[in-house]
Amino acid sequence: MVPIAKKIRVLIAKPGLDGHDRGAKVVARALRDAGMEVIYTGLRQTPEDIVEAAIQEDVDAIGLSCLSGAHMTLFPEVVKLLKKRKSGDIVVAAGGIIPEDDVPKLKKAGIQVVFGPGTPLRDIVAFFETAGKGA
Amino acid sequence: MRAEDDRKALDDERKRWEDSTLRPALESLPERRKEFLTTSSRPVKRLYTPLDRSGKTDAERLGKPGEFPFTRGIHPTMYRGRLWTMRMFAGYGSAEDTNKRFKYLIAHGETGLSVAFDMPTLYGYDTDEPEAKGEFGTCGVAVSSLEDMKILFSGIDVGGVSTSMTINSPASVIWAMYLAAAESRGVPLVGLRGTIQNDILKEYQAQKEWIYPPEPSMRLVVDTFEYGSRHVPEWNTISISGYHIREAGATAGQELAFTLANGMEYIRWGIDRGLKVDDFAPRLSFFFNAHNDLFEEIAKYRAARRIWAREMRDTFGAKKPRSWLLRFHSQTAGVSLTAQQPEINIVRTTIQGLAAVLGGTQSLHTNAYDEAFQVPNEAAARIALRTQQILAHESGVANTIDPLGGSYFLEALTDELEEEADRYFDRIQELGGVIPAIRKGFFQQEIANSAYRYQREVEDKERVIVGVNDFVVDEQPELEPLRVTEASFKAQVERLRKLRRSRDAKKHAVALDRLRKGCESDDNTMPLILDAVRAKATLGEICDVMRAVFGIWEEPLLY
Repeated sequence: MVPIAKKIRVLIAKPGLDGHDRGAKVVARALRDAGMEVIYTGLRQTPEDIVEAAIQEDVDAIGLSCLSGAHMTLFPEVVKLLKKRKSGDIVVAAGGIIPEDDVPKLKKAGIQVVFGPGTPLRDIVAFFETAGKGA
Repeated sequence: MRAEDDRKALDDERKRWEDSTLRPALESLPERRKEFLTTSSRPVKRLYTPLDRSGKTDAERLGKPGEFPFTRGIHPTMYRGRLWTMRMFAGYGSAEDTNKRFKYLIAHGETGLSVAFDMPTLYGYDTDEPEAKGEFGTCGVAVSSLEDMKILFSGIDVGGVSTSMTINSPASVIWAMYLAAAESRGVPLVGLRGTIQNDILKEYQAQKEWIYPPEPSMRLVVDTFEYGSRHVPEWNTISISGYHIREAGATAGQELAFTLANGMEYIRWGIDRGLKVDDFAPRLSFFFNAHNDLFEEIAKYRAARRIWAREMRDTFGAKKPRSWLLRFHSQTAGVSLTAQQPEINIVRTTIQGLAAVLGGTQSLHTNAYDEAFQVPNEAAARIALRTQQILAHESGVANTIDPLGGSYFLEALTDELEEEADRYFDRIQELGGVIPAIRKGFFQQEIANSAYRYQREVEDKERVIVGVNDFVVDEQPELEPLRVTEASFKAQVERLRKLRRSRDAKKHAVALDRLRKGCESDDNTMPLILDAVRAKATLGEICDVMRAVFGIWEEPLLY
């Protein structure tokens, strides 16, 4: 019997009011095509909603997408709440329209990686594969 | 028989060319690709000839400029008479910040205004509500009250300029604020010119800035049609928008088809209200994307005009030629801008702007090169405006009407796009119409599929994106950042608090109560919204009343 590898579980989430969901959906589909279990939250999620969903769904990682400029408020809040809920082992990645200056600040706040516009899907898939195996 | 003989002769000539000239050339130098595709993955042939024309005559397909079916343009003189309106979409931070940007753009030669609102405003929240946290002024200006609207346009001649406002679910409230601001300056509503986007259908399909479910939302839209046709007759009460459908991933054909299907849905709702089609159709306007593929884009605009004229005259029985006209704004494709080597976005935007002008646009926004990172800084916004000015005054393309009309390739593409749109109209019909198709997630899935296919083509390098998957350099772009300041936020919150403290509480409560009753009945909501705005009700308060009566839309989850 070959042991069945546990599928990597990823939550793709849209925090805040931003409605630009093209990128989040494309990434969700690429991860699914790469064999991962993907849960897409849909739009207008608060950091609380996202953390609750991540814990309920027992995910290995969260991908946050925001193109409205509210990332500095919303992304670190997700990491903070995860820690508060003793789920700091869930890896958090982010993408969207994010000025270069903000990237180091987000990393310091616990966002593992920030994928800017034009990032190849294979890089994103590779990141979540590693994140999932590490968990 | 004559036509058939001609066709046979042309076909014989094509075969001769293929045998004697083409084949040896292909043998010595094969083509670069097996298949050549447009940006929308539409196959393009090696050569287009008169054989690619549909059976119809030029008179039927093209007509003359300013005449049915308007394929070549809606005006008999086009840009020889008047250039398109250079209308730069702008907004960030507070009303004061954006007012300053408007004045800057006007000083540099823009000829129309276009307001970008921030996310809380787009969703009907005031700046200081919890839902607005972190979103103040980041991708547009915050307008929570009549006071903000007055400041936004202070020192600007609202009676003379035309103003476009990208606002949808709360469109009637924001429009009421604009009207009340004009009124307070003594400017008569009857002469006000401008546009509210007010296109809720594409929100469910693509842009996703919805509040209420489709039916009450459509009722609010028709309320503005009715009110506008009586009181603000020069105002475009809707801008039926393909732009966001395209940005979300749709192909050119889907953008065209979904936009026009939505347009026809608004016409049906207006007629069902009891409005005469010729009373409101002339105030419907459109908004399309200008993407990279030059010919496909030009063909899209030409096909759009032809389809709309046909549907308005033949399906909806409009009698006034003015009702048959598809007038449109265009904006270059934000989604095409790259974060890598951002300065080359200026070139992309130039090509896209050229497509819009060659396609006969009535107004144009050209994106700034830094928009893959931020709301444009002043210098980048000026270059974008200059791009239009070069197209208008240096390129020579504005000297004649529809300069590419008659191109075998362009005419074949125009026909193809029209046929594709007609096939989509049939499918939407089979699904029960636009709103049932939204509920089934049809548009959303079609768009997501196209977006994913496009991305895969980029990944597999079937498509070269300069600076992204080829011609890459390893350097960090240096951009002047544009930041919304904490001071702007605090001033905005303080203004809101002051407004709530100082207004006549009774007048305010009565106005909101009357609005609630109006929403529950079939009354036109516009006069009630105007009264609430005059009583200093905020955007969030008015939308809360509507949220309580109409409920909130929940979209089908899919990707």
